[in-house]
Amino acid sequence: MSRYDAIVIGAGHNGLTNAAYLAKAGLKVVVLEKNDYIGGAAVSRELHEGWTYSNCSYVCSMMRQAIHRDLNLSRHGLILVPYLGTINFGQGDERLLAYHDEEAAHLELKRHSPRDADAMQRLQADLTRYSQLIRKTLLRTPPDPASFRLRDLGELLFLAKQFGALGEREIYEYVRFFTMSAAEFLDDYFENDLVKASMATPGIIGTALGVYSPGSAYILLHHVMGDVDGNIGAWGLARGGMGAISKAIAGALAENGGEIRTESPVQRVLVQNRRVVGVVLDNGDEVRARVVVSNLDAKHTFTRILDRRDLPEGIYEKARHFKIRGSSGKVNIALSGLPKFAGVPDNPHLNRGGQAFIGSMETLERAYDCWKRGRWSDEPFVESVIPSAWDPTVAPPGKHWMSNFVQYCPPTLADGPWTPEKRERFGRTVVDRVAQYSPGFKDLIVHMEVRTPHDIEQEIGLTEGNIFQGELTLDQLFFNRPFPGHGQYRMPLRNLYLCGSSTHPGGGVSAACGANAAREILRDLRRPNTVPDDDFHDE
Amino acid sequence: MSTPDPYAGERLKLSPFHPRQQALNIRDAWTSWNGYKFAEHYYEAEYEYFCVRNLCATYDISPMQKYQIQGPDAQTLLNRMVTRDVAKVGLNRVAYCVWCTDAGRVIDDGTIFRLAADRFLLTCGSPCTAWLERSAYGFAEVEVKDLSDALAALSLQGPTACAVLKKLGLDGIDAVKPFDIRHFSLHGTALMVSRTGFTGDLGYELWIEPDRALELWDALYAAGAHYGIHPYGETATNMARLEAGFIMPGMEFNEALKTVHFEHDQTPFELNLGWLVDFNKPHFSGRRALLEEKRRGPKYTLTKLDVEGNRPAEGGSRIYGNKRCTKAVGYVTSAMWSPAAKANIALAMIRTEHRQGALWAEIYYEKELRQYSRVAKCTPLRKPFWAPPRARATPPPDY
Repeated sequence: MSRYDAIVIGAGHNGLTNAAYLAKAGLKVVVLEKNDYIGGAAVSRELHEGWTYSNCSYVCSMMRQAIHRDLNLSRHGLILVPYLGTINFGQGDERLLAYHDEEAAHLELKRHSPRDADAMQRLQADLTRYSQLIRKTLLRTPPDPASFRLRDLGELLFLAKQFGALGEREIYEYVRFFTMSAAEFLDDYFENDLVKASMATPGIIGTALGVYSPGSAYILLHHVMGDVDGNIGAWGLARGGMGAISKAIAGALAENGGEIRTESPVQRVLVQNRRVVGVVLDNGDEVRARVVVSNLDAKHTFTRILDRRDLPEGIYEKARHFKIRGSSGKVNIALSGLPKFAGVPDNPHLNRGGQAFIGSMETLERAYDCWKRGRWSDEPFVESVIPSAWDPTVAPPGKHWMSNFVQYCPPTLADGPWTPEKRERFGRTVVDRVAQYSPGFKDLIVHMEVRTPHDIEQEIGLTEGNIFQGELTLDQLFFNRPFPGHGQYRMPLRNLYLCGSSTHPGGGVSAACGANAAREILRDLRRPNTVPDDDFHDE
Repeated sequence: MSTPDPYAGERLKLSPFHPRQQALNIRDAWTSWNGYKFAEHYYEAEYEYFCVRNLCATYDISPMQKYQIQGPDAQTLLNRMVTRDVAKVGLNRVAYCVWCTDAGRVIDDGTIFRLAADRFLLTCGSPCTAWLERSAYGFAEVEVKDLSDALAALSLQGPTACAVLKKLGLDGIDAVKPFDIRHFSLHGTALMVSRTGFTGDLGYELWIEPDRALELWDALYAAGAHYGIHPYGETATNMARLEAGFIMPGMEFNEALKTVHFEHDQTPFELNLGWLVDFNKPHFSGRRALLEEKRRGPKYTLTKLDVEGNRPAEGGSRIYGNKRCTKAVGYVTSAMWSPAAKANIALAMIRTEHRQGALWAEIYYEKELRQYSRVAKCTPLRKPFWAPPRARATPPPDY
């Protein structure tokens, strides 16, 4: 039996970040990972010879720069490269090219609607303003509004000040924003359907909501509030794939003396006298520690690796009803060449960005309707990137790797569970969708990996394959994340903590959840804090 | 008969690579360098910077000054001029050098290529004919020839650079060590390749006669098509060189021969280039002054700083020895947010005796037209901000 100061369950990027900060404070830390590789959903593996797939998360924008800098992740091999524009595919020949250059983008929008081109500037200013407030909360522990502890009051005061600085009108707008649908929010700006739809898609990614569902406006914001080197709203690729983020954090962890054990699935968390004392592995080994930190989602943690009898009243129920619906699929494709898209100029700057296969607002909503009925749409929303157009390390020269994120895909189907045959049909639907805009696309396919929510759950452990470890709706955000009254990373069993994106600030490969949890753990263990303050580019 | 262009005397010259570069400069972002029309950027500076750090990119160094120094006295002349021992530069090797006035102040920096026992190529940023001629006084058997317009050159920098040159058919390029020169033939034309550059990354410089420049460009871009090749301009170069900790005239140093005010130019020791000064070789310009400077220590020392926060200490920020900013100890010469190192970096001239103490930068910045300032703590660093192992590896990796 080995003894540690801290056990972290799960070597996802948040688990690794948490462990790195605990190790930096001098604690003896071990990360236990069930798979034979690390990274959780920030992972890159060679799944076809010569091709490295980031088969879960695929782009990066929320990664806290302060953590990157503080843990010296560049020295551990991490370089984040911003990628340029997106091609939005509408109905038929309709294309909206999101050029990287502001003036070019404006002229392109004007082609669709002069009014919308102007309104885009107002939208960007408004979104930046909203983002700036939320960004300030990312690397902070949410205050408990009911505790009246000095620290919580101080934190509430900080928030009040930030709110106050926005001006009175914005306070009303903010409250509206959190409860609105993406469609309603955008109606105030745009008339053109494709413009609206292309701006609405971030509101449904990873979410069991439609563009017309209340709450999707916030999801939209969640996806545009990140930055690359201070450019808010920009998205980047990690050189070497998303796994490079996890590898770099693991490097920082090793540098601070932390340990990672792969192929070590935790079977059960050990509880004695209402205190967590360690874990039992599948192979029967016991590992003991002063604290146990779960990087697994809240539902998985409380319903699968904790014994219900060990839990205080009500927690099991809260966990069971934690909203973590699976809604997304992923099709990873190795290509023998760069696909060409109909109606798109052969501009390498455009073709090195992303593709959004949208259709219209109605197509998006209909795809959601299918999900509700336990099937996938024939015209799903597909968000694609071809990282190999930017990253020479993920595919052989001249060959390409394409990540296709699919919204929506049900966790279980109306006609019974997922089968390999159904999965293949789902994959074919996605390929057809892309091929609709790219004749000849199918001829380029060398290898393909189709992932349904079911596959993601089986492999990564995310309940229902929910990419955010729990939906990002107001009832599950901030001090209510994962459960009301437990928003500060401490769980209702002593010495048990959560550090995954089931906690504030939620999903998106920010590393903030893991870092925030480390700050709280170090506080409880009376160790000096090693977690840096965030860096706001003097916003 | 067409009317002669009345502005002909003021128009910018065009580099041999211009036709291709013009086509790719889609935002028409031009500036100038030594009288040549020169790209500030082609598409976007940061994009091009990332091509250098992530893929590979070309930078037109044709406007650089290039002099051939040939004859039995060539080595003696150069050795008399620069502070480094040119005798130690082997055949087909390149050496980075500075040259100074008799007062030991830096005139310029550049590179010396030894192409034969008695033949060298000297490259530098600013024209240097007059100084070369002065330095040649008393040496009968040497001929200095300005090749600036007679030699086209393209720098290829970035992690896929070696893979591209292999693809171009340059056999044995992967065995070329840093600062090596290798001669190849491209479609029958002599192509000289040196493993040199100004980015601190893996990279090469390609030298060819101007008439064949476009042929080189086309072959290189065909070879680089699957390796992300893209041109980069002055802004991206400046970013990359700062991360590598390299100095720029007009930024870190004021060329001594153009300096008006007393000691507003710099010595090699002030620029942290003491390692380039070799007192064990025969006499060279500035030797006596530099010996004295070495004895008493430089007044200022160029220092790499990691600046707190993320506002670049641009615009010549002052450096203070205290947070209240009452004790000035130096000034920032170049600063930027480094996307690769994820650090707020700066080069600063700091009074040598204050280098060990606390350092604070006063940074001014603007936010939607309103002016702000902040005081940020600075930490001196010894190593460059960016120095990937691939830059020194032989053979280098393919990406």
